[in-house]
Amino acid sequence: MTRPLELRQVSKVYGSGPSEVHALSAVDLSVERGELVAVMGPSGSGKSTLLTIAGSLEEASSGQVLVDGLDLATVSRSERATMRRRSIGYVFQAFNLLPGLTAVENAALPLELDGISAKAARAAGRKALEALDVAERADRYPDELSGGERQRVAIARAIVGERGLLLADEPTGALDSVNGEGVMRLLRAATKRGVAGVVVTHEAQLASWADRVVFLRDGHVVDQTLAPPGPESLLAAADRR
Amino acid sequence: MSVPHALLALLSEGPKHGLRLQNEFELRTGNAWPLNVGQVYTTLQRLERDGLVETDDGAGERSQKRYRITSGGAQELAGWLRTPPALVPPPRDELVIKVLVALQVAGSDIHEILQVHRRHVIEIMQRYTRIKAEAGPDDVPLALVTDAQLFRLEATVRWLDAAEVRLTQLPPLTPPAEVEEPPVPAPAEEVSR
Repeated sequence: MTRPLELRQVSKVYGSGPSEVHALSAVDLSVERGELVAVMGPSGSGKSTLLTIAGSLEEASSGQVLVDGLDLATVSRSERATMRRRSIGYVFQAFNLLPGLTAVENAALPLELDGISAKAARAAGRKALEALDVAERADRYPDELSGGERQRVAIARAIVGERGLLLADEPTGALDSVNGEGVMRLLRAATKRGVAGVVVTHEAQLASWADRVVFLRDGHVVDQTLAPPGPESLLAAADRR
Repeated sequence: MSVPHALLALLSEGPKHGLRLQNEFELRTGNAWPLNVGQVYTTLQRLERDGLVETDDGAGERSQKRYRITSGGAQELAGWLRTPPALVPPPRDELVIKVLVALQVAGSDIHEILQVHRRHVIEIMQRYTRIKAEAGPDDVPLALVTDAQLFRLEATVRWLDAAEVRLTQLPPLTPPAEVEEPPVPAPAEEVSR
């Protein structure tokens, strides 16, 4: 069975000669369906580059990027664009909803851009809004929605249709910790429905919502968390205190 | 966690039996602090001895007794809620000491040592977050308990991150040069008066 995302020995170099910058060096990363992976690292460690390469918004200098088993280097530019629209969902810091479209039109937009009929795209958009528990606001415009509802619509747009890979770059932005937690809760729920998720963050609390945390430093994967044991061990520890 | 004050808080809502107190304590702390029934009764006895709670008249099985808070107990509870907890840091922070020592140990990779601790702390955070995730957003008491732990742990990660930046910016530390033994001072001459 193919993985939604696999990076094999991926490197990215900007510039050349003395001004050469190695943003990523021989990065290996696989993400399974149903798994949420957080990528942490200091500023300039290569987190965002990793995400843009995984989302095929940028090309790797060397190595292989496979999305649903498809090696991005072996397909044409237009095939890559199609794959990007059909298989990958993005969540941005500012949510980036289009103000002139209703919630359901925003959610359906990637499918419409992909040439799917407006009717079918809307049906899929509504289904995604239902999954995010915000279907009753489907016909509202972004400025009529609360901040939390806008988050849900943005995530619905990222998972609409048959997308298997969800990518999020610092998705909680300047939200306070409780609302930021709301976003992570939604991303986690989305991945549990069978999507693979990668979230880039510098905040440990947000990263702790992930099944696995990968640490980047100077473009290298230097470490990752092990599968956490069940919560019972913590409660037992609390009982002993 | 102050069990006596938690029991006083539960009794401030009205008289209750010991078993009910145990159930409510566990429920309202999100089951994060399991409390055995023996501990409940021992605590109630101490509170009764100190005049902070009283029982219904008439002797019965201890599980039949209903406890109620006294005015002294209510006063004690109000005072405790407003008393700042001891937030003064412990005199020695083991993690800080380990990092300081690592700086002096020849051949140790300080960044690798910082990362080992960062990973360990985040793994613990993942376990607390999983408790919160499985409970759902409406379990406010549990969220408060886990938040308290998560913010403390996050502070440790932020300290590790700051240490990493400081150590990257600074030239490598060199162990202090050996200090020569000071010469033994000549005996002071007696000052004539």
